[in-house]
Amino acid sequence: MTQETDPQEQPTTSGLQLTLEAPLPLDGGGTLDNVAVAYQTYGSLNADKSNVVLICHALTGDQHVANDHPITGRPGWWETLVGPGKSIDTDRYFVICQNVLGGCLGTTGPLSINPATGKSWGITFPVVTVGDMVRTQALALDQLGIETLLAVIGGSMGGMQVLEWAARYPTRICAAIPVATSARHSAQNIAFHEIGRQAIMADPDWRQGAYEDAGVKPTKGLSVARMTAHVTYLSEQALHRKFGRNLQDRTRPTFGFDADFQVESYLRHQGITFVDRFDANSYLYITRAMDYFDLAADHEGRLARAFKNSPVRFCLVSFTSDWLFPTPESRAIVRALNSVAAKVSFVEITSDKGHDAFLLDEPEFFQTVKGFLDAAAEARGVN
Amino acid sequence: MTQTPAISTAATGTATPLRPDLALIASLIEPGTRLLDVGCGDGQLLEFLARTKSVDGRGLELSQSGVNASVKRGLAVIQGDADTDLVDYPGNAFDYVVLSQTIQATRHPKQVLEEMMRIGGRVIVSLPNFGHWRIRTSLALKGRMPVTKSLDQAWSETPNIHLCTIRDFVALCDEVRAIVEAAYSLSPSGHAKAIRHTAYRANFFGEQAIFLLSRKPLGD
Repeated sequence: MTQETDPQEQPTTSGLQLTLEAPLPLDGGGTLDNVAVAYQTYGSLNADKSNVVLICHALTGDQHVANDHPITGRPGWWETLVGPGKSIDTDRYFVICQNVLGGCLGTTGPLSINPATGKSWGITFPVVTVGDMVRTQALALDQLGIETLLAVIGGSMGGMQVLEWAARYPTRICAAIPVATSARHSAQNIAFHEIGRQAIMADPDWRQGAYEDAGVKPTKGLSVARMTAHVTYLSEQALHRKFGRNLQDRTRPTFGFDADFQVESYLRHQGITFVDRFDANSYLYITRAMDYFDLAADHEGRLARAFKNSPVRFCLVSFTSDWLFPTPESRAIVRALNSVAAKVSFVEITSDKGHDAFLLDEPEFFQTVKGFLDAAAEARGVN
Repeated sequence: MTQTPAISTAATGTATPLRPDLALIASLIEPGTRLLDVGCGDGQLLEFLARTKSVDGRGLELSQSGVNASVKRGLAVIQGDADTDLVDYPGNAFDYVVLSQTIQATRHPKQVLEEMMRIGGRVIVSLPNFGHWRIRTSLALKGRMPVTKSLDQAWSETPNIHLCTIRDFVALCDEVRAIVEAAYSLSPSGHAKAIRHTAYRANFFGEQAIFLLSRKPLGD
């Protein structure tokens, strides 16, 4: 650990940062030394350290959960849920979010310098897994002196990390809230990720992953990857409601390949703004980690074995219009938890906003999280 | 069949008292057991049993508002449908499976009952009795589908698509090889009375009925 950290210090894009004291063993073999972990905290730790809520971010998320983003200036990605008086009440809970291993906002990843070469790792960075991300988080919490967590919560890839936490460290967490997620990445989702990766690798500026040394960025490839992915986060209804077939700043089609339609213009904007805050190689690594995620496979093919004798209280949430992580994926987890008599709650929230619903204004979702978390806190005796 | 048990709702303290059928169901539950409440609503019964009898409870509820209310109480409740989701539970997972005032609204009551018998050592079912004299006379005299205090919606609006009488339910129990260990009828005022074997009297005077069932041993 670098220093005892103080939330007021280090006003960089990464926020707070520590370095893991021990080498980090990786699922794919080998270890990584001097792993840096960037994180943010909100609220304050209580005397018996019983009020810690760990938030796990999704593929393109980061540690800036509830503060303005240092690069984009936009509000934190879960400010709807996290803050004073909100569902995850920072007046009551001490909230931590770490940038994942392989990320690009302060935690060690392909952008970091490989000490052996003095250059950026690029695609010589070892392939990491969701399990590696979670092990990193656990080691970082060890160094912060935090042994147990009141709850771990996350959506999408964040939900995968929550499941991994529950499977690997069942005695370190009281409650788990996996949102809009799955215990294994589906063939369809792997397929979409592959399209994104191929788009990045097809960009001449990708330079076999060594673009950082060449001083260029595969921005076109990365923005196409983002555009494709972004469509999978929405729903037909949401797209129709937002854009329909409306034209962008014109009354007639141009009979060319300009962004005639509003939806095209919107997607292009999503792509272009994304490249300012995200690294293309990180995108390759993190999508790969999601593809490899299969919790049942790590437990002799039986998901239930991952949760055997688990003391953790679970609350799963899915959204009706989410076709990327549809409700049956959550139900499969619920079934596995039921079969080992785990304490599990499950809510399917009615929403037409697709996978993105977990990031948007969904009052029923907020109430579920608040109710479940407060009940878990009460059961644990958190003041 | 057994004596009418003593019913207590007092332990809820300042909370709203339990519905009479739920209070009767609660009185049938042994402390420290595992229980699944199918159609648990806002979790009132589960919470009462957790607090007064240290029952390790789980719930299944169709409505989002019910699930949310239950989760807020710290209960483990899953959003789901008795007709389709009971198959997901392993056999003998619970000491009790409770289905209160819901069987008449299921699509496949027999299948639901069979699934419950598979999941729980004992099954408790409460249901409105369509054989109650008020309903019989209403249908006989007016010639219209009865609308009463406990069945208060018109035929075209009601979710109760599989109404039955107490004797119909006894016959269904027989069909699925369930032993009726105890049965009670409830009057509109919440007064419980043990149902005798033939159930003719209860079928006429009982507005609601509550059954405690167990599995017939194999080969019996």
